[in-house]
Amino acid sequence: MKHLLGIENLNRDQIMHILETAVSFEEINQRQIKKVPTLKGLSVINFFAEPSTRTRMSFEVAEKRLSADSYNIAVSGSAITKGETLSDTALNLQAMAPDCLIIRHAVSGTPHMLAQIMDCSIINAGDGFHEHPTQALLDAYTIQKKKGRLDGLKVALMGDIAHSRVARSNIHLLTKTGSHVTVAGPATMIPKDIKKLGVEVTYDPKEAVKDADIVMMLRIQEERESGLMYPDRREYAKFFCLDEKLLSYAKPDATVMHPGPANRGVEIDDNIMDGDRSVILEQVANGVAVRMAVLYLLLGGSNS
Amino acid sequence: MKLLIKNGTIVNPKAGKSFVGSILVENGKITKIAKGDLTADGAETVNAAGMIVTPGLIDLHVHFRDPGFEEKEDILTGLEAAAAGGFTAVCTMPNTSPACDNIGTIEYQTKKAAKQGNGVRLYPIAAASKGLKGETMAPIGELKEGGAIAISDDGKPITDSSLLQRVMQYASSFGLMYVSHSEDTYLSKGGQMNESYFSTLYGMQGIPAVGEALSVARECLMAQYLGLPVHICHVSTKMSLDLIAYFKAQGVKVTAETAPHYLSLTDEAVGSYDTNTKVNPPLRSEEDRQALIAAVKSGLIDAIATDHAPHHERDKNVEFNTAPSGMVGLETAVPLVYKLVHDKQITIERFVELFTAGYGIFGLEGGVLTEGGRADITLIDPEYQWTIDKNMFRSKSRNTPFHGFHVKGAVFRTIAGGKTVFTRAY
Repeated sequence: MKHLLGIENLNRDQIMHILETAVSFEEINQRQIKKVPTLKGLSVINFFAEPSTRTRMSFEVAEKRLSADSYNIAVSGSAITKGETLSDTALNLQAMAPDCLIIRHAVSGTPHMLAQIMDCSIINAGDGFHEHPTQALLDAYTIQKKKGRLDGLKVALMGDIAHSRVARSNIHLLTKTGSHVTVAGPATMIPKDIKKLGVEVTYDPKEAVKDADIVMMLRIQEERESGLMYPDRREYAKFFCLDEKLLSYAKPDATVMHPGPANRGVEIDDNIMDGDRSVILEQVANGVAVRMAVLYLLLGGSNS
Repeated sequence: MKLLIKNGTIVNPKAGKSFVGSILVENGKITKIAKGDLTADGAETVNAAGMIVTPGLIDLHVHFRDPGFEEKEDILTGLEAAAAGGFTAVCTMPNTSPACDNIGTIEYQTKKAAKQGNGVRLYPIAAASKGLKGETMAPIGELKEGGAIAISDDGKPITDSSLLQRVMQYASSFGLMYVSHSEDTYLSKGGQMNESYFSTLYGMQGIPAVGEALSVARECLMAQYLGLPVHICHVSTKMSLDLIAYFKAQGVKVTAETAPHYLSLTDEAVGSYDTNTKVNPPLRSEEDRQALIAAVKSGLIDAIATDHAPHHERDKNVEFNTAPSGMVGLETAVPLVYKLVHDKQITIERFVELFTAGYGIFGLEGGVLTEGGRADITLIDPEYQWTIDKNMFRSKSRNTPFHGFHVKGAVFRTIAGGKTVFTRAY
């Protein structure tokens, strides 16, 4: 495997191999000295053309703990603001011979475009509404740790499915591993023919959450078509917020997840977010181990 | 100057049944059409054995980018691309810079084509509104005097229904028809591809089929209300076809075109994230494609038009959402649509009708081979197998999703006004 562009083109074995590899890296993250020389001498560029706190930081931490040399570019500080095209930027970066480029971009398919232009490994850190593969992998890793398996689970995935790359990557992953996914949200947030991805659809959050093992909330993306997807935060919260009452429909040991950043009191109530069933911060912790595993597998010479 | 075309199958559906025969061309006119052989002293002889000899084809929807965007295409290269595609006439859309909304621009276009062009006829479709802004009427009468054969705002469809009504009425007093790029721009805003399972899978903002249909319905209702004809451009969806069928049955004078890419590709192709698959209207579903093939067959679709939309490689070599819509089409249309003949979906005669209907729609001379008529003739080798190579295009632009496609059927020679404007080197 040279690139990680999405979950859609991975098979179950490849997914499980990444998750198994992450286990050993989690151990490193618990040491006092959290650094190994695995990727010493390799160069990794973090190119985030969209805002990001978690993912960007998580990749950088993962790179540094593997002793790779990390370089960060943001669009605001790059020649793109001077009118350089992305493909020219990519060719120029390629000329500096990096080993890997991590790309976050608002336009779906941009990592695929870069994979055709550049020789180095490309990791998709989120493209448009398309995929966010490392998020789905860290979510799966978190679920696996919590539930001991990735098959036969009932997963409720709720919110703006239409604009969510996290939703798509998670749907691909969880259906490949044999879990049952129900997506829920107002009909404006459910994209066309999503059932063909092997999920169930409901507009009733209670129905989605009923007997769920995993309740995964998505962020309301106010920057996207605000006022056309839902009336306002107040009404959204009234009908779709994960609060104590809604969560009571899930299994008693249900696990609550959110990829962040969360809108407290809109899609998820503070009590739930900070409650004992929430693994939101564990997701973040696991993200580092999973991204270390991905970097290691793409750059470290494993034969997978 | 004499030209004798021998042994070809003359497919001339307006005149009757197809037959193997000969055509003699003298001084730009057809002087003799005969079954079997003809002889003519001193004539250049073309052996068309195994070939189809048809009236020169017309593309009723092209973008030549001249004036304003000459690095994408200009009138001369556009006409060369047309000749290479078997077309002896083209209708150009008005979205140049300045737009073709004034006498100066339209005369520049027609004069450049007539004086410096290769002999392929250029017919401008002029702007319906000033600056294609959809606010006030363009000087339609004067544009007609300058050579306009129809009016349209094409890719910037008129949203104001009141303006649409006045434009259709006003243009009718000069004998011009309104040509509609049917799109509800509120529904397509931000859209990158057809709204479907594939837009969901690829994570792209969708352009719903209903947006095209809503606009088709409005244009047809307006045509019905006013008792005027209307032409619908590049129909891409089954929903639009159903509406057109309804209005045709009501006796509304609506004509419709579709483009070769809607008959050849579907929205699934966008998964390559190749910006050359980005076109407006977008590539639609397999169900739509099948409905279009049926409509091409039945006559519900009157004409094939390429919507030849050249863009510089630089413009397309960007992120998908940033890329402009459109693909070149002149030089790939014949082989792509000829596949329907090979697949026994349509007859050769129907194929010729589809590529010559534009003359009738816009009331232009052409579309039939007659003794004494203009010698616009296209020779097609239906069996020739080749691979589409964008680097061989006469067009300045290379933006095609069909590069590398293996096709069967090729334009062998194009004759415009008696002059050979293209020959294929085998």
